[in-house]
Amino acid sequence: MKRKYIALPYLIWMTAFIVLPLVFVAYYAFTTKAGGFTLSNVFAIFDSLHIKATILSLGLSLSCTVLCLLVAFPLALVLRRIHLNHKGLIIIILILPMWMNSILRILALQMILSKNGILNMILEWLHLAPVEIINTPAAIILGMVYDYLPYMILPIYNSVMDIDQDLIDASSDLGARFGYRLRHVILPLSKPGIISGITMVFIPCLTSFVIPDILGGGKIQLLGNVIEQEFITSMNWNLGAGLSFALLIFVIIGLIFTQKHETKYKESRVW
Amino acid sequence: MVKLKDFFCKFYVAIIMLFLYAPIMVLIVSSFNSSKSRVLWGGFTLEWYQQMLNSSIVIGALRNTVVLAVGSAFFATIIGLLASIGIDAMRKKEFSIVMSITNIPMLNADIVTGIAMMLLIFRFMPLGFSSIMLAHITFNIPYVILNILPRFNQMDISTYEAARDLGAGPVTSFFKVVLPDIIPGIVAGFFMAMTMSMDDFVITYFTKGAGVNTLSTMIYGQIKKGIQPTMYALSTMIFAVTILLLITINLITLPKKSGKNKPR
Repeated sequence: MKRKYIALPYLIWMTAFIVLPLVFVAYYAFTTKAGGFTLSNVFAIFDSLHIKATILSLGLSLSCTVLCLLVAFPLALVLRRIHLNHKGLIIIILILPMWMNSILRILALQMILSKNGILNMILEWLHLAPVEIINTPAAIILGMVYDYLPYMILPIYNSVMDIDQDLIDASSDLGARFGYRLRHVILPLSKPGIISGITMVFIPCLTSFVIPDILGGGKIQLLGNVIEQEFITSMNWNLGAGLSFALLIFVIIGLIFTQKHETKYKESRVW
Repeated sequence: MVKLKDFFCKFYVAIIMLFLYAPIMVLIVSSFNSSKSRVLWGGFTLEWYQQMLNSSIVIGALRNTVVLAVGSAFFATIIGLLASIGIDAMRKKEFSIVMSITNIPMLNADIVTGIAMMLLIFRFMPLGFSSIMLAHITFNIPYVILNILPRFNQMDISTYEAARDLGAGPVTSFFKVVLPDIIPGIVAGFFMAMTMSMDDFVITYFTKGAGVNTLSTMIYGQIKKGIQPTMYALSTMIFAVTILLLITINLITLPKKSGKNKPR
Protein backbone atom coordinates (compact mmCIF):
# COMPACT_ATOMS: atom_id res chain seq x y z
CA MET A 1 0.00 0.00 0.00
CA LYS A 2 1.30 3.41 -0.89
CA ARG A 3 1.91 5.69 2.07
CA LYS A 4 -0.11 8.58 0.74
CA TYR A 5 -3.33 6.55 0.90
CA ILE A 6 -3.14 6.77 4.70
CA ALA A 7 -4.42 10.32 4.25
CA LEU A 8 -7.62 8.98 2.70
CA PRO A 9 -9.86 9.35 5.81
CA TYR A 10 -8.79 12.97 6.02
CA LEU A 11 -9.33 13.56 2.31
CA ILE A 12 -12.90 12.28 2.66
CA TRP A 13 -13.44 14.43 5.78
CA MET A 14 -11.94 17.42 4.02
CA THR A 15 -14.24 17.05 1.02
CA ALA A 16 -17.33 16.53 3.17
CA PHE A 17 -16.75 19.20 5.80
CA ILE A 18 -14.52 21.83 4.22
CA VAL A 19 -15.33 21.85 0.50
CA LEU A 20 -18.99 20.80 0.54
CA PRO A 21 -20.11 23.42 3.13
CA LEU A 22 -18.63 26.14 0.94
CA VAL A 23 -20.59 24.75 -2.02
CA PHE A 24 -23.70 25.07 0.15
CA VAL A 25 -22.87 28.72 0.91
CA ALA A 26 -22.49 29.35 -2.82
CA TYR A 27 -25.80 27.56 -3.52
CA TYR A 28 -27.73 29.66 -0.98
CA ALA A 29 -25.92 32.80 -2.11
CA PHE A 30 -26.98 32.47 -5.73
CA THR A 31 -30.57 31.41 -5.17
CA THR A 32 -33.72 33.11 -3.93
CA LYS A 33 -35.93 31.71 -1.20
CA ALA A 34 -38.11 30.15 -3.91
CA GLY A 35 -35.08 28.47 -5.49
CA GLY A 36 -34.49 30.61 -8.58
CA PHE A 37 -31.08 31.92 -9.63
CA THR A 38 -30.12 35.42 -8.52
CA LEU A 39 -27.09 37.64 -8.16
CA SER A 40 -28.75 40.15 -5.87
CA ASN A 41 -27.71 38.43 -2.61
CA VAL A 42 -24.01 38.71 -3.39
CA PHE A 43 -24.23 42.21 -4.83
CA ALA A 44 -26.25 43.30 -1.80
CA ILE A 45 -22.88 44.09 -0.25
CA PHE A 46 -22.83 47.22 -2.40
CA ASP A 47 -26.25 48.39 -1.11
CA SER A 48 -26.10 51.74 0.61
CA LEU A 49 -27.14 49.90 3.78
CA HIS A 50 -24.28 47.38 3.68
CA ILE A 51 -21.53 49.36 1.96
CA LYS A 52 -21.22 51.55 5.07
CA ALA A 53 -20.65 48.49 7.24
CA THR A 54 -18.22 47.06 4.69
CA ILE A 55 -16.11 50.22 4.50
CA LEU A 56 -16.12 50.63 8.27
CA SER A 57 -15.13 46.98 8.72
CA LEU A 58 -12.30 47.32 6.22
CA GLY A 59 -11.10 50.52 7.90
CA LEU A 60 -11.18 49.13 11.43
CA SER A 61 -9.52 45.84 10.42
CA LEU A 62 -6.81 47.69 8.56
CA SER A 63 -6.10 49.93 11.57
CA CYS A 64 -6.07 46.92 13.86
CA THR A 65 -3.69 45.00 11.59
CA VAL A 66 -1.29 47.94 11.30
CA LEU A 67 -1.34 48.50 15.07
CA CYS A 68 -0.73 44.81 15.76
CA LEU A 69 2.18 44.84 13.33
CA LEU A 70 3.67 47.97 14.92
CA VAL A 71 3.48 46.35 18.36
CA ALA A 72 4.42 42.79 17.42
CA PHE A 73 7.47 43.33 15.22
CA PRO A 74 9.46 45.38 17.79
CA LEU A 75 8.35 42.89 20.45
CA ALA A 76 9.78 39.99 18.44
CA LEU A 77 13.07 41.88 18.04
CA VAL A 78 13.13 42.71 21.74
CA LEU A 79 12.42 39.10 22.73
CA ARG A 80 15.29 38.02 20.52
CA ARG A 81 17.55 40.68 21.99
CA ILE A 82 16.96 39.91 25.68
CA HIS A 83 17.61 36.23 24.93
CA LEU A 84 14.20 35.06 26.01
CA ASN A 85 14.68 32.21 23.61
CA HIS A 86 12.84 29.59 25.53
CA LYS A 87 10.43 29.30 22.63
CA GLY A 88 7.95 27.05 24.41
CA LEU A 89 7.52 29.48 27.30
CA ILE A 90 6.84 32.49 25.05
CA ILE A 91 4.30 30.51 23.05
CA ILE A 92 2.55 29.35 26.22
CA ILE A 93 2.44 32.90 27.63
CA LEU A 94 0.80 34.09 24.41
CA ILE A 95 -1.68 31.21 24.12
CA LEU A 96 -2.65 31.06 27.79
CA PRO A 97 -5.10 34.01 27.64
CA MET A 98 -7.21 31.96 25.21
CA TRP A 99 -8.05 29.65 28.12
CA MET A 100 -9.98 32.46 29.72
CA ASN A 101 -13.22 32.68 27.78
CA SER A 102 -12.84 35.19 24.93
CA ILE A 103 -16.22 36.88 25.42
CA LEU A 104 -15.52 37.34 29.13
CA ARG A 105 -12.15 38.86 28.32
CA ILE A 106 -13.81 41.40 26.03
CA LEU A 107 -16.36 42.12 28.77
CA ALA A 108 -13.47 42.66 31.18
CA LEU A 109 -11.96 45.10 28.72
CA GLN A 110 -15.32 46.88 28.74
CA MET A 111 -15.15 47.10 32.56
CA ILE A 112 -11.68 48.61 32.25
CA LEU A 113 -12.58 51.11 29.54
CA SER A 114 -16.10 52.11 30.59
CA LYS A 115 -16.95 55.63 31.77
CA ASN A 116 -16.71 54.77 35.47
CA GLY A 117 -14.33 51.93 34.74
CA ILE A 118 -11.02 50.87 36.18
CA LEU A 119 -8.89 52.88 33.76
CA ASN A 120 -10.68 56.11 34.61
CA MET A 121 -10.49 55.33 38.33
CA ILE A 122 -6.72 54.99 38.00
CA LEU A 123 -6.52 58.18 35.91
CA GLU A 124 -8.58 60.06 38.49
CA TRP A 125 -6.33 58.80 41.28
CA LEU A 126 -3.34 60.10 39.30
CA HIS A 127 -5.20 63.44 38.83
CA LEU A 128 -5.31 62.95 35.06
CA ALA A 129 -8.18 63.67 32.70
CA PRO A 130 -10.54 60.70 32.15
CA VAL A 131 -10.77 59.08 28.72
CA GLU A 132 -14.06 58.33 27.04
CA ILE A 133 -13.47 55.77 24.36
CA ILE A 134 -16.12 53.17 25.19
CA ASN A 135 -18.77 52.80 22.45
CA THR A 136 -16.51 54.41 19.85
CA PRO A 137 -14.68 52.84 16.90
CA ALA A 138 -11.44 53.40 18.87
CA ALA A 139 -12.67 51.02 21.59
CA ILE A 140 -13.48 48.41 18.93
CA ILE A 141 -9.98 48.73 17.47
CA LEU A 142 -8.45 48.38 20.93
CA GLY A 143 -10.56 45.27 21.58
CA MET A 144 -9.52 43.76 18.25
CA VAL A 145 -5.84 44.48 18.93
CA TYR A 146 -6.23 42.92 22.36
CA ASP A 147 -7.91 39.79 21.02
CA TYR A 148 -5.77 39.19 17.93
CA LEU A 149 -2.31 40.46 18.95
CA PRO A 150 -1.05 36.94 19.84
CA TYR A 151 -1.88 35.80 16.29
CA MET A 152 0.44 38.52 14.97
CA ILE A 153 3.20 37.99 17.55
CA LEU A 154 3.54 34.21 17.19
CA PRO A 155 4.38 33.91 13.47
CA ILE A 156 6.62 37.01 13.51
CA TYR A 157 8.40 35.80 16.64
CA ASN A 158 8.93 32.41 14.98
CA SER A 159 10.54 33.86 11.88
CA VAL A 160 12.59 36.46 13.77
CA MET A 161 13.96 33.76 16.07
CA ASP A 162 14.92 31.66 13.03
CA ILE A 163 17.21 34.38 11.64
CA ASP A 164 20.84 33.29 11.82
CA GLN A 165 22.77 35.61 14.16
CA ASP A 166 25.81 35.22 11.87
CA LEU A 167 23.95 37.03 9.08
CA ILE A 168 23.22 39.99 11.36
CA ASP A 169 26.79 40.00 12.69
CA ALA A 170 28.19 39.83 9.17
CA SER A 171 26.11 42.80 8.02
CA SER A 172 27.15 44.87 11.02
CA ASP A 173 30.80 43.87 10.53
CA LEU A 174 30.50 45.11 6.99
CA GLY A 175 29.38 48.46 8.34
CA ALA A 176 25.58 48.30 8.14
CA ARG A 177 23.93 50.48 10.76
CA PHE A 178 20.80 49.41 12.67
CA GLY A 179 18.35 51.02 10.27
CA TYR A 180 20.06 49.51 7.24
CA ARG A 181 20.31 46.07 8.89
CA LEU A 182 16.62 46.22 9.77
CA ARG A 183 15.57 47.09 6.24
CA HIS A 184 17.89 44.87 4.27
CA VAL A 185 18.52 41.88 6.52
CA ILE A 186 15.99 41.43 9.33
CA LEU A 187 12.84 42.60 7.56
CA PRO A 188 13.24 40.47 4.39
CA LEU A 189 14.04 37.40 6.49
CA SER A 190 10.97 37.83 8.70
CA LYS A 191 8.65 38.48 5.77
CA PRO A 192 6.95 35.03 5.82
CA GLY A 193 6.02 35.56 9.48
CA ILE A 194 4.78 39.08 8.86
CA ILE A 195 2.60 38.00 5.92
CA SER A 196 1.14 35.10 7.86
CA GLY A 197 0.53 37.38 10.86
CA ILE A 198 -1.29 39.90 8.68
CA THR A 199 -3.68 37.25 7.30
CA MET A 200 -4.22 35.76 10.75
CA VAL A 201 -5.28 39.17 12.12
CA PHE A 202 -6.97 40.93 9.21
CA ILE A 203 -9.56 38.28 8.35
CA PRO A 204 -10.88 37.63 11.89
CA CYS A 205 -11.02 41.40 12.45
CA LEU A 206 -13.00 41.91 9.28
CA THR A 207 -15.73 39.54 10.45
CA SER A 208 -15.84 39.76 14.22
CA PHE A 209 -19.25 40.64 15.57
CA VAL A 210 -18.86 40.06 19.30
CA ILE A 211 -16.26 42.80 19.82
CA PRO A 212 -18.30 45.54 18.08
CA ASP A 213 -21.39 44.27 19.94
CA ILE A 214 -19.78 44.71 23.35
CA LEU A 215 -17.31 47.57 22.93
CA GLY A 216 -19.30 49.49 20.33
CA GLY A 217 -22.42 49.51 22.49
CA GLY A 218 -24.48 47.89 19.73
CA LYS A 219 -24.56 51.15 17.77
CA ILE A 220 -21.72 50.40 15.40
CA GLN A 221 -22.56 47.85 12.71
CA LEU A 222 -19.77 45.89 11.08
CA LEU A 223 -19.99 43.30 8.32
CA GLY A 224 -20.06 40.46 10.88
CA ASN A 225 -23.01 42.03 12.71
CA VAL A 226 -24.96 42.42 9.45
CA ILE A 227 -24.42 38.77 8.47
CA GLU A 228 -25.25 37.52 11.96
CA GLN A 229 -28.51 39.47 11.99
CA GLU A 230 -29.54 38.15 8.57
CA PHE A 231 -29.15 34.61 9.86
CA ILE A 232 -30.34 34.86 13.46
CA THR A 233 -32.80 37.76 13.58
CA SER A 234 -34.16 38.23 10.04
CA MET A 235 -33.89 34.53 9.12
CA ASN A 236 -32.96 35.54 5.57
CA TRP A 237 -30.42 32.77 4.96
CA ASN A 238 -30.03 33.53 1.26
CA LEU A 239 -29.06 37.14 1.84
CA GLY A 240 -26.80 36.09 4.74
CA ALA A 241 -25.12 33.48 2.54
CA GLY A 242 -24.75 36.05 -0.26
CA LEU A 243 -22.96 38.48 2.05
CA SER A 244 -20.81 35.62 3.40
CA PHE A 245 -19.92 34.68 -0.17
CA ALA A 246 -18.85 38.25 -0.87
CA LEU A 247 -16.74 38.04 2.28
CA LEU A 248 -15.27 34.78 1.04
CA ILE A 249 -14.12 36.60 -2.08
CA PHE A 250 -12.22 39.08 0.11
CA VAL A 251 -10.63 36.12 1.89
CA ILE A 252 -9.64 34.45 -1.39
CA ILE A 253 -8.06 37.70 -2.63
CA GLY A 254 -6.10 37.76 0.62
CA LEU A 255 -5.08 34.12 0.16
CA ILE A 256 -3.81 34.67 -3.39
CA PHE A 257 -1.77 37.56 -2.02
CA THR A 258 -0.28 35.26 0.66
CA GLN A 259 0.42 32.36 -1.68
CA LYS A 260 2.31 34.68 -4.01
CA HIS A 261 4.58 35.72 -1.19
CA GLU A 262 5.08 32.22 0.15
CA THR A 263 8.82 31.79 -0.17
CA LYS A 264 9.44 28.29 1.12
CA TYR A 265 6.66 26.10 -0.08
CA LYS A 266 6.77 23.23 2.38
CA GLU A 267 7.17 25.41 5.42
CA SER A 268 3.96 27.37 5.40
CA ARG A 269 3.26 27.24 9.07
CA VAL A 270 1.16 29.45 11.22
CA TRP A 271 2.84 29.28 14.58
CA MET B 1 23.99 52.72 27.35
CA VAL B 2 23.49 49.02 26.75
CA LYS B 3 21.92 48.69 30.20
CA LEU B 4 19.48 51.50 29.46
CA LYS B 5 18.52 49.80 26.19
CA ASP B 6 17.98 46.50 27.98
CA PHE B 7 15.81 48.26 30.53
CA PHE B 8 13.61 49.73 27.78
CA CYS B 9 13.37 46.33 26.12
CA LYS B 10 12.17 44.66 29.30
CA PHE B 11 9.82 47.56 29.99
CA TYR B 12 8.28 47.12 26.54
CA VAL B 13 7.72 43.39 27.13
CA ALA B 14 6.21 44.14 30.54
CA ILE B 15 3.77 46.70 29.10
CA ILE B 16 2.51 44.25 26.49
CA MET B 17 2.15 41.47 29.06
CA LEU B 18 0.17 43.89 31.23
CA PHE B 19 -2.08 44.68 28.26
CA LEU B 20 -2.65 40.97 27.54
CA TYR B 21 -3.19 39.93 31.15
CA ALA B 22 -4.98 42.93 32.73
CA PRO B 23 -8.49 41.81 31.64
CA ILE B 24 -7.75 38.33 32.97
CA MET B 25 -6.73 39.81 36.32
CA VAL B 26 -9.99 41.79 36.39
CA LEU B 27 -11.98 38.60 35.80
CA ILE B 28 -10.12 36.64 38.48
CA VAL B 29 -10.64 39.45 41.02
CA SER B 30 -14.32 39.71 40.03
CA SER B 31 -14.84 36.03 40.77
CA PHE B 32 -14.00 36.71 44.44
CA ASN B 33 -15.88 40.02 44.64
CA SER B 34 -19.02 39.88 46.81
CA SER B 35 -20.43 43.04 45.22
CA LYS B 36 -22.44 42.33 42.08
CA SER B 37 -21.55 45.76 40.72
CA ARG B 38 -18.80 44.96 38.32
CA VAL B 39 -16.30 47.65 39.18
CA LEU B 40 -16.57 48.24 42.93
CA TRP B 41 -14.96 45.93 45.47
CA GLY B 42 -17.40 44.64 48.09
CA GLY B 43 -15.25 42.20 50.01
CA PHE B 44 -13.92 38.70 49.49
CA THR B 45 -16.36 35.85 48.92
CA LEU B 46 -16.47 32.28 47.65
CA GLU B 47 -20.23 32.48 47.14
CA TRP B 48 -20.02 32.43 43.32
CA TYR B 49 -17.93 29.27 43.37
CA GLN B 50 -20.51 27.62 45.60
CA GLN B 51 -23.41 28.78 43.38
CA MET B 52 -21.57 27.56 40.31
CA LEU B 53 -21.15 24.05 41.72
CA ASN B 54 -24.82 23.94 42.70
CA SER B 55 -26.20 25.08 39.35
CA SER B 56 -26.98 22.18 37.05
CA ILE B 57 -27.20 24.56 34.05
CA VAL B 58 -23.68 25.85 34.60
CA ILE B 59 -22.29 22.37 35.21
CA GLY B 60 -24.06 21.17 32.04
CA ALA B 61 -22.45 23.92 29.97
CA LEU B 62 -19.08 23.14 31.53
CA ARG B 63 -19.50 19.44 30.70
CA ASN B 64 -20.42 20.27 27.09
CA THR B 65 -17.40 22.56 26.76
CA VAL B 66 -14.95 20.03 28.17
CA VAL B 67 -16.37 17.06 26.24
CA LEU B 68 -16.21 19.14 23.04
CA ALA B 69 -12.65 20.29 23.69
CA VAL B 70 -11.23 16.89 24.61
CA GLY B 71 -13.35 14.91 22.14
CA SER B 72 -12.77 17.15 19.14
CA ALA B 73 -9.05 17.40 19.92
CA PHE B 74 -8.84 13.60 20.21
CA PHE B 75 -10.56 12.88 16.88
CA ALA B 76 -8.77 15.75 15.15
CA THR B 77 -5.42 14.40 16.36
CA ILE B 78 -6.09 10.90 15.03
CA ILE B 79 -7.37 12.11 11.65
CA GLY B 80 -4.65 14.77 11.49
CA LEU B 81 -1.87 12.27 12.31
CA LEU B 82 -3.02 9.86 9.59
CA ALA B 83 -3.37 12.80 7.22
CA SER B 84 0.15 14.03 7.98
CA ILE B 85 1.67 10.59 7.35
CA GLY B 86 -0.02 10.49 3.96
CA ILE B 87 0.47 14.13 3.01
CA ASP B 88 4.19 13.90 3.72
CA ALA B 89 4.47 11.23 1.01
CA MET B 90 2.59 13.25 -1.60
CA ARG B 91 4.12 14.74 -4.68
CA LYS B 92 4.44 18.51 -4.96
CA LYS B 93 1.24 19.06 -6.93
CA GLU B 94 -1.01 16.93 -4.71
CA PHE B 95 0.70 18.36 -1.67
CA SER B 96 -0.08 21.94 -2.55
CA ILE B 97 -3.73 21.19 -3.44
CA VAL B 98 -4.36 19.34 -0.17
CA MET B 99 -2.53 21.95 1.91
CA SER B 100 -4.41 24.83 0.29
CA ILE B 101 -7.72 23.21 1.22
CA THR B 102 -6.40 22.41 4.70
CA ASN B 103 -5.59 26.08 5.20
CA ILE B 104 -9.16 27.14 4.42
CA PRO B 105 -10.73 26.65 7.89
CA MET B 106 -7.82 28.49 9.50
CA LEU B 107 -7.73 31.44 7.16
CA ASN B 108 -11.41 31.67 6.39
CA ALA B 109 -13.54 33.93 8.53
CA ASP B 110 -15.05 32.06 11.48
CA ILE B 111 -18.49 33.38 10.66
CA VAL B 112 -18.34 31.96 7.13
CA THR B 113 -17.04 28.59 8.39
CA GLY B 114 -19.80 28.49 10.99
CA ILE B 115 -22.54 29.40 8.54
CA ALA B 116 -21.23 26.95 5.93
CA MET B 117 -21.22 24.09 8.44
CA MET B 118 -24.69 25.05 9.61
CA LEU B 119 -26.11 25.10 6.06
CA LEU B 120 -24.58 21.67 5.33
CA ILE B 121 -25.48 19.90 8.57
CA PHE B 122 -28.99 21.38 8.67
CA ARG B 123 -29.71 19.59 5.37
CA PHE B 124 -28.97 16.15 6.78
CA MET B 125 -29.68 16.22 10.50
CA PRO B 126 -31.06 18.48 13.24
CA LEU B 127 -28.55 20.84 14.84
CA GLY B 128 -27.51 19.80 18.31
CA PHE B 129 -24.48 18.66 20.23
CA SER B 130 -23.10 16.38 17.52
CA SER B 131 -23.21 19.15 14.92
CA ILE B 132 -20.97 21.29 17.16
CA MET B 133 -18.64 18.31 17.57
CA LEU B 134 -18.38 17.81 13.79
CA ALA B 135 -17.61 21.50 13.32
CA HIS B 136 -14.99 21.56 16.06
CA ILE B 137 -13.21 18.47 14.72
CA THR B 138 -13.16 20.10 11.28
CA PHE B 139 -11.61 23.38 12.34
CA ASN B 140 -9.15 21.58 14.67
CA ILE B 141 -7.64 19.19 12.10
CA PRO B 142 -5.59 21.92 10.31
CA TYR B 143 -3.94 22.95 13.59
CA VAL B 144 -2.96 19.32 14.23
CA ILE B 145 -1.58 18.86 10.71
CA LEU B 146 0.41 22.08 10.87
CA ASN B 147 2.00 20.95 14.13
CA ILE B 148 2.84 17.41 12.98
CA LEU B 149 3.89 17.94 9.36
CA PRO B 150 7.05 20.00 10.10
CA ARG B 151 8.21 17.15 12.37
CA PHE B 152 8.21 14.80 9.39
CA ASN B 153 10.35 17.30 7.49
CA GLN B 154 12.87 17.52 10.29
CA MET B 155 12.94 13.75 10.75
CA ASP B 156 15.76 11.68 9.35
CA ILE B 157 14.04 9.18 7.04
CA SER B 158 17.09 6.88 7.07
CA THR B 159 16.37 5.78 10.66
CA TYR B 160 13.02 4.45 9.45
CA GLU B 161 14.70 2.75 6.49
CA ALA B 162 17.32 1.26 8.81
CA ALA B 163 14.58 -0.22 11.00
CA ARG B 164 12.92 -1.71 7.91
CA ASP B 165 16.25 -3.12 6.67
CA LEU B 166 16.81 -4.73 10.05
CA GLY B 167 13.57 -6.63 9.62
CA ALA B 168 10.94 -4.53 11.42
CA GLY B 169 7.56 -4.28 9.69
CA PRO B 170 6.20 -0.89 8.63
CA VAL B 171 3.84 -0.67 11.62
CA THR B 172 6.50 -1.63 14.17
CA SER B 173 9.00 0.76 12.60
CA PHE B 174 6.43 3.52 12.75
CA PHE B 175 5.68 3.03 16.43
CA LYS B 176 9.28 2.40 17.50
CA VAL B 177 11.18 4.83 15.28
CA VAL B 178 8.92 7.49 13.74
CA LEU B 179 6.46 8.10 16.57
CA PRO B 180 9.04 9.12 19.22
CA ASP B 181 10.32 11.75 16.79
CA ILE B 182 6.94 13.29 16.05
CA ILE B 183 5.32 12.95 19.47
CA PRO B 184 6.09 16.59 20.47
CA GLY B 185 4.17 17.69 17.36
CA ILE B 186 1.26 15.44 18.27
CA VAL B 187 1.12 16.78 21.82
CA ALA B 188 1.37 20.39 20.63
CA GLY B 189 -1.34 19.76 18.02
CA PHE B 190 -3.66 18.17 20.58
CA PHE B 191 -3.14 21.04 23.00
CA MET B 192 -3.65 23.66 20.31
CA ALA B 193 -6.83 21.91 19.15
CA MET B 194 -8.19 21.85 22.69
CA THR B 195 -7.38 25.55 23.12
CA MET B 196 -9.13 26.48 19.88
CA SER B 197 -12.21 24.47 20.78
CA MET B 198 -12.37 25.99 24.28
CA ASP B 199 -11.99 29.52 22.96
CA ASP B 200 -14.41 29.21 20.07
CA PHE B 201 -17.65 31.11 20.13
CA VAL B 202 -18.68 31.98 16.57
CA ILE B 203 -18.67 28.49 15.02
CA THR B 204 -20.40 26.97 18.05
CA TYR B 205 -23.00 29.75 17.99
CA PHE B 206 -24.03 28.94 14.42
CA THR B 207 -23.87 25.13 14.60
CA LYS B 208 -25.51 24.58 17.98
CA GLY B 209 -29.09 23.45 18.31
CA ALA B 210 -31.62 25.05 20.63
CA GLY B 211 -31.06 24.17 24.27
CA VAL B 212 -27.44 23.10 23.86
CA ASN B 213 -25.01 25.51 25.48
CA THR B 214 -21.28 25.74 25.88
CA LEU B 215 -19.60 28.20 28.19
CA SER B 216 -19.18 30.74 25.37
CA THR B 217 -22.76 30.65 24.14
CA MET B 218 -24.08 30.76 27.71
CA ILE B 219 -22.01 33.87 28.47
CA TYR B 220 -23.12 35.48 25.19
CA GLY B 221 -26.74 34.84 26.13
CA GLN B 222 -26.23 36.62 29.45
CA ILE B 223 -24.67 39.81 28.05
CA LYS B 224 -27.95 41.72 27.73
CA LYS B 225 -29.28 40.70 31.17
CA GLY B 226 -25.91 41.13 32.85
CA ILE B 227 -23.28 38.47 33.41
CA GLN B 228 -23.74 36.21 36.42
CA PRO B 229 -20.64 36.26 38.65
CA THR B 230 -20.71 32.44 38.53
CA MET B 231 -19.29 32.79 35.00
CA TYR B 232 -16.23 34.59 36.40
CA ALA B 233 -15.83 31.81 38.96
CA LEU B 234 -16.12 29.08 36.33
CA SER B 235 -13.64 30.73 33.95
CA THR B 236 -11.18 31.38 36.74
CA MET B 237 -11.40 27.73 37.71
CA ILE B 238 -10.75 26.56 34.12
CA PHE B 239 -7.85 28.99 33.83
CA ALA B 240 -6.31 27.77 37.09
CA VAL B 241 -6.69 24.12 36.10
CA THR B 242 -4.99 24.86 32.76
CA ILE B 243 -2.03 26.56 34.43
CA LEU B 244 -1.66 23.67 36.88
CA LEU B 245 -1.81 21.18 34.01
CA LEU B 246 0.81 23.09 32.03
CA ILE B 247 3.14 23.32 35.03
CA THR B 248 2.76 19.57 35.67
CA ILE B 249 3.42 18.71 32.03
CA ASN B 250 6.47 20.97 32.02
CA LEU B 251 7.84 19.50 35.22
CA ILE B 252 7.50 16.00 33.79
CA THR B 253 9.04 16.77 30.40
CA LEU B 254 11.60 19.44 31.31
CA PRO B 255 14.43 17.26 32.70
CA LYS B 256 14.48 15.22 29.49
CA LYS B 257 14.41 18.31 27.30
CA SER B 258 17.24 20.19 28.99
CA GLY B 259 19.49 17.18 28.49
CA LYS B 260 18.73 17.02 24.79
CA ASN B 261 18.58 20.70 23.85
CA LYS B 262 21.81 22.35 22.90
CA PRO B 263 22.27 25.76 24.47
CA ARG B 264 22.06 28.44 21.83
